[in-house]
Amino acid sequence: MSGKIRLIDENGLRVDGRRPDELRPIKMEVGVLSNADGSAYIEQGKSKILAAVYGPREVHPRHLALPDRALLRCRYHMAPFSVEERKPPAPSRREIELSKVIKEALEPAIFLEKFPRTSIDIFIEVLQADGGTRCAGTTVAALALADAGIPMRDLVVACAAGKVDGVLVLDLNDIEDKEGEADVPVAYMPNLGLVSLLQMDGLLTINEFKQALNLAIEGCKQIYRLQKEALKAKYLAIKEEVETCLQ
Amino acid sequence: MSSIMISRIRQRQISQMITSGKRLDGRGLIDYRPIKIETGIIEKAEGSARVLLGKTEVVVGVKVEIGEPFSDRPNEGVLTVNSEFVPLASPEFEAGPPSEESIELARVVDRGIRESQAIELEKLCLIPGKKVYVIFVDIYVLNHDGNLIDASALASLAALLNTKLPIYVVENGEVKRTSEYMPLPMRNYPVAVTFANISDKLVVDPWLEEEGVMNARLTITFDKDGKICAIQKGGEGALTPQQIIEAVYIAREKAEELRRMVVKA
Repeated sequence: MSGKIRLIDENGLRVDGRRPDELRPIKMEVGVLSNADGSAYIEQGKSKILAAVYGPREVHPRHLALPDRALLRCRYHMAPFSVEERKPPAPSRREIELSKVIKEALEPAIFLEKFPRTSIDIFIEVLQADGGTRCAGTTVAALALADAGIPMRDLVVACAAGKVDGVLVLDLNDIEDKEGEADVPVAYMPNLGLVSLLQMDGLLTINEFKQALNLAIEGCKQIYRLQKEALKAKYLAIKEEVETCLQ
Repeated sequence: MSSIMISRIRQRQISQMITSGKRLDGRGLIDYRPIKIETGIIEKAEGSARVLLGKTEVVVGVKVEIGEPFSDRPNEGVLTVNSEFVPLASPEFEAGPPSEESIELARVVDRGIRESQAIELEKLCLIPGKKVYVIFVDIYVLNHDGNLIDASALASLAALLNTKLPIYVVENGEVKRTSEYMPLPMRNYPVAVTFANISDKLVVDPWLEEEGVMNARLTITFDKDGKICAIQKGGEGALTPQQIIEAVYIAREKAEELRRMVVKA
């Protein structure tokens, strides 16, 4: 799999100059779309992703409604221009699988039982993909849910760890994901200490996997701090606006 | 996840028994149901296998065609894994476009085979960039009684090991089929082991009713050298990191047991 491209240089740095346990620069913003009940935007390295939440609202088609809890639906979708070679807009098998695992990553955090017979719809649009989009998509969707005021047990935050050129690394970018030896995306609920998304592809020994899992969880904890700041920033901005109006 | 109806009392019975280390069907928490593997059951397919995992029944057929390689891997054959939840297998299955579950199943099985580099795809190139062997693995679920992933992964491996590849030759830039066959070149044997999380305990090989009670599912695929080649968590619940690590060790042992059965079959 690997070979042609050197992913770790003689100083132990990665293709984009990061140390093995370093995250890419992350920027998050909450409340970016006016029509949605909740929304958020994330830039993680060159990956740029928008998420919107609609609901709790009436379920369409109605027969899908659940008598004892809200129906959670999630659509992860990549824009045709988000990747090198144009991606046809119809959902691919990969996107359908990712929609499912992201939904299942967020589900344990939401008090769905508070909203029977309604639906909560999450839409994740990848505007530019540069690796780690399922993780960044999960992180940003959790923010959009919180922004929609949906009661949650915890935020959900996701990050991948993996192995490139024999070195365990955090938060893989596209080249590292494609040319590396393994990729372990993890979603984590930091206050509950629970893993709600876990996948792996590549080859790892049990020990390497354990280290990768820990590394990914540490990465999640770092992103979690940024996630909380992003949420607070929205309300600080509103507070300032109100205060200037009152003056 | 799977939306079969199970009465509350039955749900409670299943989870209470698991809490005390027992299961409704008499198995231990990390026991598989009886497994039966048959190969070569479909003569028209280049490879085939049927796996019975308790009452779960899966048939896998391997078909081989000549096609174009992926542009980023011009010197390699192509592997395609697909699954069909045919409506005769369960009252929950409907005809029509593949469900999320069916796509996930095929992709998890695919990941195990691909990431362990089980098939020597680089030996399946005829004209670089133009003509390669395309290996279609079609998973057909015939009876759904839980744990379709392990049954499908096992049946896929058995069918691949049973596959006779028709030999093609290149003459004047044209690909021609000969009457000769050779075994599909294989270098690894990935095996998937699936757990259900019920009452915060992990049980191996959940059957249908246990899947109805579980809050999370975890599949770990091991290659023949004891390395992990694929993982997939499913279901609306979550797991602790300790549970995951515990599962990894159990899965390695179980995968070894299952692998011996397939390689023998």
